[in-house]
Amino acid sequence: MQQRPAAATRQSTIERKDLHRLFEVLRARGYTVMGPVARDGAIVWDELSTPDELPAGWTDEQEAGRYRLVRSDGPALFDWTVGPASPKASLHPAAVTLLNARREGPALRLLECVPQPTRLAFFGLRACELAAIAVQDRVLLGGTPTDPVYRARREGALLIAVQCGRAGRTCFCASMGTGPEVRSGHDLVLTELLEDGRHLFVAEAASERGGEILAELPATDTTAAESGAVQAAVARATAGMGRTLETEGLPALLARNPEHPHWDVTAARCLACGNCTSVCPTCFCVTTEDFTDLAAGLSRRVRRWDSCFSVDFTYIHGGNVRSSSRSRYRQWLTHKLGSWHEQFGSSGCVGCGRCITWCPAGIDITEEARALRQDQRGKEGSRGNA
Amino acid sequence: MSERAAAAAPTPNVTRTDPMQPAPWRVVRTEPETHDAFKLTLAPVEAGPPFTFEAGQFNMLFAPGVGEAALSMSGCSGTVDRVVHTIRAAGRVTKTLRTLKRGDVLGLRGPFGKPWPVGLAEGRDVLLVAGGIGLAPLRPALCHMLEHRERFGRVNLLYGARSPQDILFAKEIETWRGRFDVSVEVTVDRAGADWHGRVGVVTTLVPRAQFDPANTVAFICGPEIMMHFTQRELERHGVPDESVWVSMERNMKCGVGFCGHCQFGPLFVCKDGPVFRYDRVAPLLGIREV
Ligand SMILES: Cc1cc2nc3c(=O)[nH]c(=O)nc-3n(C[C@H](O)[C@H](O)[C@H](O)COP(=O)(O)OP(=O)(O)OC[C@H]3O[C@@H](n4cnc5c(N)ncnc54)[C@H](O)[C@@H]3O)c2cc1C
Ligand code: SF4
Ligand code: SF4
Ligand code: FES
Repeated sequence: MQQRPAAATRQSTIERKDLHRLFEVLRARGYTVMGPVARDGAIVWDELSTPDELPAGWTDEQEAGRYRLVRSDGPALFDWTVGPASPKASLHPAAVTLLNARREGPALRLLECVPQPTRLAFFGLRACELAAIAVQDRVLLGGTPTDPVYRARREGALLIAVQCGRAGRTCFCASMGTGPEVRSGHDLVLTELLEDGRHLFVAEAASERGGEILAELPATDTTAAESGAVQAAVARATAGMGRTLETEGLPALLARNPEHPHWDVTAARCLACGNCTSVCPTCFCVTTEDFTDLAAGLSRRVRRWDSCFSVDFTYIHGGNVRSSSRSRYRQWLTHKLGSWHEQFGSSGCVGCGRCITWCPAGIDITEEARALRQDQRGKEGSRGNA
Repeated sequence: MSERAAAAAPTPNVTRTDPMQPAPWRVVRTEPETHDAFKLTLAPVEAGPPFTFEAGQFNMLFAPGVGEAALSMSGCSGTVDRVVHTIRAAGRVTKTLRTLKRGDVLGLRGPFGKPWPVGLAEGRDVLLVAGGIGLAPLRPALCHMLEHRERFGRVNLLYGARSPQDILFAKEIETWRGRFDVSVEVTVDRAGADWHGRVGVVTTLVPRAQFDPANTVAFICGPEIMMHFTQRELERHGVPDESVWVSMERNMKCGVGFCGHCQFGPLFVCKDGPVFRYDRVAPLLGIREV
């Protein structure tokens, strides 16, 4: 096999030992590389300087309400499925200062914190994460006005995906039409192959930028056998999908069933802790908080993630519109799987399974949707009065 | 989950393309309206594009260090160099706004939201039904109709307040009452012996209004339960749902569809509303805790 610059449209193969070149090329182009690391018992996203920081030799076990990072013997860097963190924290930050205000006598100076454009290269995005970014794009950039904070981070972002070679027990991207195969939204996609003692990445560019980066890497033509192995990896993930969710007619079904008896069953289990919303890569709700330093005549306005499970989320004159956990869980699920379609033209759920794994009560959105299909009212046709 | 502090340099900016950035406005006048409501008149501190709004739209007023509140414009709509808000001191932000004096500066973002469809009311009889502070967002609609009186049929204002002490725009109501081209009916929930007006809920005023149910537009603003019963009463009088519009109230942190707080089923009250045709929200109003 001879070395040659990779063509933009074809698959080419990179050796594990040359992966550091990708990081160097990204840095030379001014990118900060964000990628997965194993830390405190979970896979999280962080800034990376070399591929050696990637979670080599780690795999995970996930079930409803359970996550365990376990040692595997191999050298594989991506033998795990998504952890609690997602690129959301980098693109739609958990906390951002919107402005500072300074009193000068009766005058008031409002000092806007102008979001600084960033160049982040996300390395190791799974198909569901690309889909989640596309969802947030529609929410935060899809209408007018757009969110400048998100825009400043998103516009300069480079998205490098990795194909899933296996699916987790809580994954259901296949049901949501978002995976497991990486198909769109990325600049570059890699598939990790461990065959015959070799450790390879089959790379394919999906954008001009991606092609340019790939062209700078030491690569060989991908062989038919390697291409076949890529297909096999995707097929393995598809076959191993841990969960399913029947989406057919779901938005209408949910709209018809606000008084379904099953909401009470879930309400009895839900702790209204908001874990599901904080791990969900598409949840976008925020609140604002104001801080004062009276002595200095200064105040600061901060935007931070909020959750529809927060106690005062719906507070108006003396009470909360959604005071029961039943109504809050109903809001969360009907928004994700139902009203999101009407608002933004797609489901708000990409099937990543995070909310299932990280729910302390083990509440499973796929099981909830299944239960709501039982004993529902107005099964077909006529829309009830709700 | 680790989160890097979001780096951002504070810079004064007068362009403000970000809808979350308030502009400084100065209090040019503050007057008590009732025992707990007051009127704020504001003028922009910075030169900029003119402020234009339609009846029923709202601003987010910002008290630095305290927070923001969604407040409808209560002055006459159009392009204005002064913005008027009529505000009930309800909590932290609104009570802070009440302490502002002439010359003080606050932050303002807006205008936001969908207005009352005053154009649709042309050539038809009009019912403006207000409960409590709900008269504030309806005032620009009435103002517009009185300015273009010939375009509208019979104009009725039906207003319910908690007590005689809670009646907003009392002086103006007297002026309107003196006009022959608008009918004004006021009722209070409870009153002492010195009150010679009507006592009862606002729905009891509906039979007193002059309107052709088949050719009427009704704008309702007040507590949800009041809007619900008013619509029922109008329906009883033959006004179809498609002719009734209501202004919804929900917790709002952004006003532009980003914070998620104001969601009402699939609707964002801030950007899809706050004014909705009744048949759009009727199915949702029937569900508890939506
Ligand atoms: C579209 C719209 C137009 C409005 N127009 C007017 C008006 O013209 N005049 C007027 O007096 N009031 C109006 N209100 C109500 C006004 O927004 C609230 O009274 C105000 O937000 C209360 O804030 P606070 O900090 O003073 O009270 P607190 O009780 O301290 O409120 C705490 C927080 O709860 C929320 N909140 C509390 N009450 C309400 C409420 N009723 N509606 C929405 N959010 C609330 C706010 O986020 C507030 O920051 C309007 C509300 C909406 C949604
Ligand atoms: S709702 Fe759950 S499964 Fe769906 S995208 Fe959010 S966290 Fe993932
Ligand atoms: S569903 Fe689970 S994670 Fe979400 S709020 Fe309820 S208990 Fe917490
Ligand atoms: S007020 Fe923020 S989304 Fe409507």
